[in-house]
Amino acid sequence: MLGKLTWDAIPWSQPIPLIAGAVVMLVLLGVLAWVVVKGYVPYLWREWITSVDHKRIGVMYTLLGLVMLLRGFIDAIMMRLQQALAFQSGGYLPPEHYNQIFSAHGTIMIFFGAMPFVIGLMNFVVPLQLGVRDVAFPTLNATSFWLTATGALLVNISLVVGEFARTGWLPFPPLSETGYSPGVGVDYYVWALQISGVGTLMSGINLVTTILKMRAPGMSYLRMPMFCWTALSANMLIVAAFPILTATLAMLALDRYLGFHFFTNEAGGNMMMFMNLIWAWGHPEVYILVLPAFGVFSEVISTFSRKPLFGYRSMVAATLFICIVSFTVWLHHFFTMGAGGDVNATFGIATSIIAVGTGVKIYNWIFTMYGGRIQYATPMLWSVGFIVTFVIGGMTGVLLAVPPADFMLHNSLFLVAHFHNVIIGAVLFAAFAGLTFWFPKAFGFRLHEGWGKASFWCAFIGFYVTFMPLYIVGLEGMTRRLQRYDVPEWRPWVLLAGVGIIILFAGAVCQVVQLVVSIRDRDKLRDEMGDPWNGRSLEWATASPPPAFNFAVLPNVQDEQPYWTIKQRAIETQQLPAEPDYQPIEMPRNSPTGFITAFFSTLTGFALIWHIWWLVVVGLVAAYAIFVWFAWRDVEDYVIPAEDVAKIDRERRHARQAWLDANARVGEPA
Amino acid sequence: MSSTALPAPHRRDADPYRLGRGQGHGAPGHGGGHDHATGHGAGGPASKRVVVGFGFWIFLLSDIVMFSAFFAAHAVLLDATAGGPSGRELFDPTRVALETGFLLASSFTCGLAAVATEARSQLWTQIFLLITGLLGAGFLALEINEFTRMIAEGAGPQRSAFLSSFFAVVGCHGLHVTAGLLWLGTMMAQVFIKGFRPNILRRLLCFNLFWHALDIIWVALFTIVYLIGLGT
Ligand code: HEM
Ligand SMILES: [Cu+2]
Repeated sequence: MLGKLTWDAIPWSQPIPLIAGAVVMLVLLGVLAWVVVKGYVPYLWREWITSVDHKRIGVMYTLLGLVMLLRGFIDAIMMRLQQALAFQSGGYLPPEHYNQIFSAHGTIMIFFGAMPFVIGLMNFVVPLQLGVRDVAFPTLNATSFWLTATGALLVNISLVVGEFARTGWLPFPPLSETGYSPGVGVDYYVWALQISGVGTLMSGINLVTTILKMRAPGMSYLRMPMFCWTALSANMLIVAAFPILTATLAMLALDRYLGFHFFTNEAGGNMMMFMNLIWAWGHPEVYILVLPAFGVFSEVISTFSRKPLFGYRSMVAATLFICIVSFTVWLHHFFTMGAGGDVNATFGIATSIIAVGTGVKIYNWIFTMYGGRIQYATPMLWSVGFIVTFVIGGMTGVLLAVPPADFMLHNSLFLVAHFHNVIIGAVLFAAFAGLTFWFPKAFGFRLHEGWGKASFWCAFIGFYVTFMPLYIVGLEGMTRRLQRYDVPEWRPWVLLAGVGIIILFAGAVCQVVQLVVSIRDRDKLRDEMGDPWNGRSLEWATASPPPAFNFAVLPNVQDEQPYWTIKQRAIETQQLPAEPDYQPIEMPRNSPTGFITAFFSTLTGFALIWHIWWLVVVGLVAAYAIFVWFAWRDVEDYVIPAEDVAKIDRERRHARQAWLDANARVGEPA
Repeated sequence: MSSTALPAPHRRDADPYRLGRGQGHGAPGHGGGHDHATGHGAGGPASKRVVVGFGFWIFLLSDIVMFSAFFAAHAVLLDATAGGPSGRELFDPTRVALETGFLLASSFTCGLAAVATEARSQLWTQIFLLITGLLGAGFLALEINEFTRMIAEGAGPQRSAFLSSFFAVVGCHGLHVTAGLLWLGTMMAQVFIKGFRPNILRRLLCFNLFWHALDIIWVALFTIVYLIGLGT
């Protein structure tokens, strides 16, 4: 009846996961109870859960990313603590538990922390920057989000029901085959990723279509803001790379469930094929994460330097170059496979060439700042911190791209330092830069600057203290994923890394405090006008938060910096453009499709993990039923009457006019 | 480009490529959208029909990428028969030819259904969709029969890596056909009950694309799996 699921699946004898699980459950139940008691359920259902508005979905994605980043960070603290203690002793985590923690850490950070965060930013910002009202497929967008949430939920369920994979963030066979991983850990991994992967793929399709087919009049390709370009590239990479992940994990699942021999040791299976396939997805994946990050920095640096982006066209070219070349380097993740000198050299050179595209970007950012009136607001701090940090990470990457060097450093902590260097220094810094930058647009008030800066400095210093020692122990020969070690020379560096994570923890605390303080002081931090940073692209032309329809009238784009031009004209002439002729607007209706789909996907995923076959059937039939039910609805849109549009837009114009008048009195343009 | 350069007033209308004035470019009758949408973005958002068709194309491309991964795996495992039977011993060219015939014919009738839809003929649309579905079901029956026969002979997917990838890639295509049949049935019901509304027309367009894409994949499958398998 319940497949492999029994009471023993709950780790009664292991206090750590049990207590952690209990705490999470209590917090969740507490939040739920609070929501119910306060009567927020209808509001949540109406305005968020069933929402198909790209802004709401973007916010939910980002929130999921934030929560999961914290969750993954707890794993990181546990690992650092273990290594600090486990010198010539067993530490406090037994090997099978330690292995689950590093696997969960990587999986959660990449798939449920960084990815949702980045997708959330793109979802929120791209339609606004393109000057349109929503993405191409709004209901699909909601479904994508809820499927991602399903994956996150499944991974976290594994904390208390059963176990998680012990195979690392990428489940290399034959370790991940049933012979060596008979438990449900790898199954949790596979189904969580398959389900969320479908969500990611659909959101990629959605954003590619949006960017290529839905732009405001006049928004030609070469007038799109840089963030849209990087979003386009990242989403094209999603469309081209995620199906490979789906196929690869499907093969692993067939091996595990039906006794196939894709990657096994027996019957002709080929485990190095897994390496090739997974990295054919995996390397593009790192660029899926980092390209939008580059986009964020481009927007932030140009805004806070008060200059247009330097070398816009070369930036576009570099982005597309990286997008394509990122598909030709995957083998650098397993030079040690022994494909031979020629193959390794080819891939080594291709890998180093990517750094050229990245270098172009670095120079462009520096030249954007050069001669600008730089204002070190929090987003700008993150960006400058990024430039410094990323250069180091890129250079260690180029070092690893040299096959002989990689033979020495592969699977060492040097490698771990490299990818944390690039992922924290670029993706995470961009996430926080983007969060601070666009938060006022989403919520109508800015985040507290002081706490933001404190958070930046903790993260910046904490990063160096944590990861620079790992470069050194890596060079001294310490391999990754050690549950214990006996070499005295490594000890000081490992301890130093432990100190670093305390500083990083302080940064995380500041980040949370910043949110709390900002919400408390929101009236002081209000963004009345909708353009708190003196921005340049179209999202700043709307009110903060923007109305459901974003733009009362689609803007007519006439150059690379549409909003800047409008604004400068308004300042010059001291008046806004003439009031447009308001028309009724059609917007997509809310739909619970995404939420319900995710509900049944969770059931199906859970049932597959535990071999509860009847529930699998129920879940699949239900999924089909929802599909038909959704397809059957007759009314897809609702209409916002012209008077309402006019009323909402006049408020926006009023705020802008007030700002203009105030500035005229001060006599200070911009 | 200095930081203080304000755009001169005349720049407001500077639009050397006349990108801001897309009116009159696009063909009207793009189904419900703005008539002046060029579909290339510069003239404003494209019509719904263009957006839906385009998005579905992108999905099909991603699906083709997924199949490529399976094809690549099959190419790698082609000789990994582990002492078991090879393609030459297992594949039956007549059956494969029949399967191909069924599928290609179904693509043709699917196209005829689109023609009937274009003429807004409920009857002929239904008839051709029905034939398409029957041909697809015939294809599936042949495939299932092939699978069960092979498994009965001890040449199931557990036998060798070669057979694993054979069953996976052919089965994956078969699953797509099954999903297509479900979709087809749903579409027939929708066309019957709701008639040729714009959103139904868009869905029929997508279904057509899907069905033809399955054909394209089958052609690749026929070549890579069956022809090469028979040849080695
Ligand atoms: C500047 C260009 C870069 C170069 C030349 C480069 C090079 C490399 C090489 C050669 C490896 C494999 C080392 C080994 O396994 O022995 C590697 C691993 C890795 N890199 Fe990079 N990299 C670059 C940028 C990035 C970026 C931007 C990211 C992420 C945003 C990234 C994330 C990773 C990750 C996650 C791994 C290892 C994952 C694992 O083995 O678990 N890299 N890099
Ligand atoms: Cu790589």
